[in-house]
Amino acid sequence: MYKIVDARGVGLNIKQFVIEAPRIARKHKPGQFIILRLHDKGERIPLTIKSSDPVAGTVTIVVQAIGKTTSLLNCLETGDSILDIVGPLGKPSEIENYGTVVVLAGSVGTAMALPTAYALKQAGNHIVFIEGARSAEMVVFEDEVRAASSETFIMTDDGSYGELGLVTKKLDELIQSGRKIDFVLAVGPVPMMRAVARMTTPLGIKTMVSLNSIMVDGTGMCGGCRVLLGKQSKFACVDGPEFDASMVNFEVLMQRNTMYREKECASLKQFQENMEEQLAELRAELAAGEKHYV
Amino acid sequence: MSEKSPLPRSAMNVLPLKERMKILRRHMPELDPLVRSRNFAEVNLGLNVLDAVTEASRCIECAKPGCVVDCPVGVQIKTIVALIHAGDYLAAAAKLREDNALPAITGRVCPQENQCEGGCILGKKGAPVAIGNLERFVADFERESGQLGLPANAPKTGKSVAIVGSGPAGLSAAGDLVQKGHRVRVFEALHELGGVLVYGIPEFRLPKSIVKGEVDNLRRMGVEFETNVVVGKSVTLDELMQEEHYDAVFVATGAGLPVFLNVPGEHFNGVYSANEFLTRVNLMRAYNSEFDEPVYDCRDKDVIVVGGGNTAMDAVRTARRLGARTATLVYRRSEAEMPARKEEVKHAREEGIEFHLLTNPVEFLGDEKGWLTGARCVRMDLSEPDESGRRRPVEIKGSEFVLPANVAIIGVGTTANPLIQSTTPDLATNKWNYIVADEKTLRTSKPGVFAGGDIVTGGATVILAMGAGRKAAASIHEYLTSGEW
Repeated sequence: MYKIVDARGVGLNIKQFVIEAPRIARKHKPGQFIILRLHDKGERIPLTIKSSDPVAGTVTIVVQAIGKTTSLLNCLETGDSILDIVGPLGKPSEIENYGTVVVLAGSVGTAMALPTAYALKQAGNHIVFIEGARSAEMVVFEDEVRAASSETFIMTDDGSYGELGLVTKKLDELIQSGRKIDFVLAVGPVPMMRAVARMTTPLGIKTMVSLNSIMVDGTGMCGGCRVLLGKQSKFACVDGPEFDASMVNFEVLMQRNTMYREKECASLKQFQENMEEQLAELRAELAAGEKHYV
Repeated sequence: MSEKSPLPRSAMNVLPLKERMKILRRHMPELDPLVRSRNFAEVNLGLNVLDAVTEASRCIECAKPGCVVDCPVGVQIKTIVALIHAGDYLAAAAKLREDNALPAITGRVCPQENQCEGGCILGKKGAPVAIGNLERFVADFERESGQLGLPANAPKTGKSVAIVGSGPAGLSAAGDLVQKGHRVRVFEALHELGGVLVYGIPEFRLPKSIVKGEVDNLRRMGVEFETNVVVGKSVTLDELMQEEHYDAVFVATGAGLPVFLNVPGEHFNGVYSANEFLTRVNLMRAYNSEFDEPVYDCRDKDVIVVGGGNTAMDAVRTARRLGARTATLVYRRSEAEMPARKEEVKHAREEGIEFHLLTNPVEFLGDEKGWLTGARCVRMDLSEPDESGRRRPVEIKGSEFVLPANVAIIGVGTTANPLIQSTTPDLATNKWNYIVADEKTLRTSKPGVFAGGDIVTGGATVILAMGAGRKAAASIHEYLTSGEW
């Protein structure tokens, strides 16, 4: 089991967890992710690692409550434990000195983009970080974003904080103003990443996107996370999660991500009806120790 | 390999050989196909004591038993069968464990017709001794008796071995090595131990409780286990040896990445690899609504499974149990070339699985929302044998037809998982990226590192992986004792 040493809310339905996982902390590189499972009947879900501390043996993840598992996870507090965590999985981000780099991140995607942005900055890049969120209460890690970038723009859909508009509006402004952009990283909802790709591909700007396809094992064994790059199938878990945006078939990704929508909704509804009970059950199970093994 | 009977004369089979050969092979009781095709309960119910003893009395005790010769791990079958006949089931189980760390598993999943039972002389004229069923009988008897004949460990050697993967190869190597007095730690990437035995082979063929029982036995013998470690990612082979001070490593990571057909439409929702479909249902228990894991709701839907091996057979029978209206196996060769165990094919037919043999999908079709609606297939004909010795299938022109399907499951094999190879530059691989290991010693190009099972041979069987595990254990023990690479 993996102990949560710090849990705190960082935005609306968004929570940050610092978890003891020494093996993962030692090996983590920006862009990689973990897969976790909360209880004996739980599913395995992938989450990007925001940061790690190899000395303390901890990794930090940021979770937006969307479905049942993420909602249950976000009920956990400091001192609770997570049954299973495996990682670090996936290929690390490619860090090079490109010149001027624009990082676009949507809400919780900010947590995923931060470690790569830091590394790119340390590699000598000029980082323009555009963080987007639906509204002010979902703008997260602003201080860290400012620290990881040379220029920072915050965009909100409703204009309640920063500038009004989508992150792509700001990207468009930068392009229109004639700024030389050497590399773009986009992390967030699929429509956002697709919109970025549509803007940068015709201009020949190298753009990487971090894909969030559905996964089970995360080691290449199941192929459920396959994405279509041109005519080639790639596995997001072992070949990715970052891919060249100009090659990605975003429509197929969106379609495949709807595979279990019905069951996910039913599962979430059932969870919301008796959250307290299910949280108590989870804590009792964790207190009793791992059932299947050890 | 033949040895003196351990039995006193009074316990020996006194029936004349001719009489023994008149006894009919005992039938393994099975759940009714109509019942079992709607649940995940184990199909085979096991022999009772009477049938087991009767079956054992059929053995004509060959001087050079073909069954032992044809067993990949050299189980002393003749002696074990004699012990069963004499009624000493626990002694039979202990004898079995000397060569086979996972008898309750192999008794259920070995392709006996090609191995021990294939070598049985009785099979030349009639039915061979039901060795697999007897093996299962003694293993189950022992487990249910609670009197485990676990072999004693040799004094501690002070050496330690890391085993990568808790599948059949890893588990059997762990059992042998811990007995030799070495410290053994098994690393598993998933959250549950057993590898393909838990994520691949379905509950109805191999109950998880059986696997857990065998793993627990190894734990009692002193084997350590660590789950959630992806060697190659969480830790490298070099780190295991240099920083965690393992004297030797056995890489037994098993089959790797699923192969798709590489035909149009393979990204439609409803197209699965057999690995994914089976992992969702087996490891993650998607068949049980109490579990969070989703899988496509097969109820009243048409499911096709592509392939002819055990994995394809497991997938199609699983789809049936999930309530599929039609569950159809699509295989490009004929039944004679199917690599699946005969028993699985028989069980599948009984459960109402339809077989579209000499048929190959060339495209998957879907609706405007991206959900699978069918597979465009062609009929095949068999021509000259290819390098595998099986007759090569060729398309019959103009034979295209559409098979309706809401779910298509691809079970046509796997390619090597690259995670360890890519972080261990001095580990030699072949052109398919499988790890190169010496056939006899299972030594790799990297000193102290051994490899065996599917990561060396490509997809094979549980028993061959176990055989590799045993071979690796012997070789590792030799290396740790001599210190010479």
